[in-house]
Amino acid sequence: MEFLHAVIVLSNFVIIPAITYGSQLALGALGVTLVYGILRFSNFAHGDTMAFGTMVAILFTWWFQSIGVSIAPLPTALLALPIAIVLTALLLLGTDRVVLRFYRKQKSAPVILLIVSLGIMFVYNGLVRFIIGVGDQRFSDGSRFIISARDFKKLTGLDEGLAIKTTQVITVITAVMVVALLFWFLNRTRTGKSMRAFSDNEDLALLSGINPERVVLYTWLIVAALATIAGTLYGLDKSFKPFVYFQLLLPIFAAAIVGGLGNPLGAIAGGFLIAFSEVFITYAWKKVLTYTLPEQFAPSGLMQLLATEYKFAVSFAILLVVLLFKPTGLFKGKSL
Amino acid sequence: MIEIQDLHKHFGGFHAVDGVSLTIEQGSITGLIGPNGAGKTTLFNAIAGLHKPTQGQVLLAGEDITGLAPHQLFDKGVMRTFQIAHEFASMSCRENLMMVPSNQFGETLWNTWFGRKRIADQERALAAKADEVLEFLTISHLSDEKAGQVSGGQKKLLELGRTMMVDAKIVFLDEVGAGVNRTLLNTIADAIKRLNRERGYTFVVIEHDMDFIDKLCDPVICMAEGKVLAQGSLREIKNNEQVIEAYLGTGLKNKEKNVVQ
Repeated sequence: MEFLHAVIVLSNFVIIPAITYGSQLALGALGVTLVYGILRFSNFAHGDTMAFGTMVAILFTWWFQSIGVSIAPLPTALLALPIAIVLTALLLLGTDRVVLRFYRKQKSAPVILLIVSLGIMFVYNGLVRFIIGVGDQRFSDGSRFIISARDFKKLTGLDEGLAIKTTQVITVITAVMVVALLFWFLNRTRTGKSMRAFSDNEDLALLSGINPERVVLYTWLIVAALATIAGTLYGLDKSFKPFVYFQLLLPIFAAAIVGGLGNPLGAIAGGFLIAFSEVFITYAWKKVLTYTLPEQFAPSGLMQLLATEYKFAVSFAILLVVLLFKPTGLFKGKSL
Repeated sequence: MIEIQDLHKHFGGFHAVDGVSLTIEQGSITGLIGPNGAGKTTLFNAIAGLHKPTQGQVLLAGEDITGLAPHQLFDKGVMRTFQIAHEFASMSCRENLMMVPSNQFGETLWNTWFGRKRIADQERALAAKADEVLEFLTISHLSDEKAGQVSGGQKKLLELGRTMMVDAKIVFLDEVGAGVNRTLLNTIADAIKRLNRERGYTFVVIEHDMDFIDKLCDPVICMAEGKVLAQGSLREIKNNEQVIEAYLGTGLKNKEKNVVQ
């Protein structure tokens, strides 16, 4: 019974939140890795692209709510998602047209594109704050729990509750669908294959008659979808605050690099690795240990390795270790 | 077929190609020789669209194709292979070949979702064609191997195969024979000859192996320091004083003399 309680507490506070967070990071890292693999630069504007997409989703959610459109028990934001993806895609394509294409024509070095993306990041950053403000926005509606802690206790008669939030389930299901779709697209369709070919060997792809502008276009469309979905899911699960999205850049990049930049499978693995490490290290283990250890060893402290305020230090540390000992990442990077 | 007029390619102050003018006849197999750094590969790159020429013109059957993007040139039937064989490493040899024809039906997002049947038909036709090409090149046993894992010489064959997936007009081969053993080299030479004779491909071949050049090429062009030094049959080239000085060295001359004597 004690052990069962420990498992439930662990699931409730560590495993389920980590899986959810991992899915969000994985989607974010996939976007970063695609840009790196195909367009060959580290896109620092990705966090703020997510913020922009989420902002559009929020604005349309509010509008839908005001005219009484809803898909309860699901959150209205899911309805706004396609619109948000389209608008984000337009923003990215516009940016590419106005800014990035110039540098691509010049065949600029990746590091220059990286700095350019930093500039784009600041612009998006300002744009989002200008439109929606810097404050916290909550926009999740519909039913909050699939099963609440109280219901779980009543149902099972146990002392510990297991709460599963609707947003968590939606996040995981959406992430699985998106990833499956992406891999099918990259591996099975002609368009996806030409993107992989372009990533594999740009010169050869060009000389095989692959139109680079078309590949770039599709890459941005996919990145817009990934970023908007990742951002909206994160916002639904927690809340939307532009600064938080800017900060998300670190765990997302850590995830992409840990997995091997340019490798989609690695991005997913990296996302979960970062998420689990972050949650594991910042979780207060007191309760779980009290249940599992014999009584005389029961801890008196919180048994928390790191305060949650420092959670970004975890991704930073992992990033450092990976770059020191396995710079290409766990999976081999730079090939789609 | 292809007419190059006063082509220049400068990298900063370095004149890699320095005023090259030449004409390549339809249906010929032209050899391009010269010492390392003579600008042969740069000339190829400038023609095939990887580098924009600094100055000068390239005409394909009278049409100005200077500075077009590689995929546009591809559509006009201008193809090239690389000195160091390039391949899509994570794809099978068959898939490598199937990448080639441009503007396939499945290449737009709309058709990816709404034209599944037509894509499938096209893919099937392409796969059959790819198998045919692999058969021609005597590497059909490799069709499902990852292209990154086959040998260097087989990658060279694959490069040649790429040009056979569409009807190329003119193919630029950059050292097809480099690092390839004799037997395979003969296979490559045979393939080039057959393509030239049966399908009317025009070839321009960069090569250092004189036997290979001798077997295939007429005329031969010799470049050095970004300029065309001489043009003519291999025999004429071999006896050209400038060429001997810049490239062939005096040893060969002496050998020739001995042979003559």
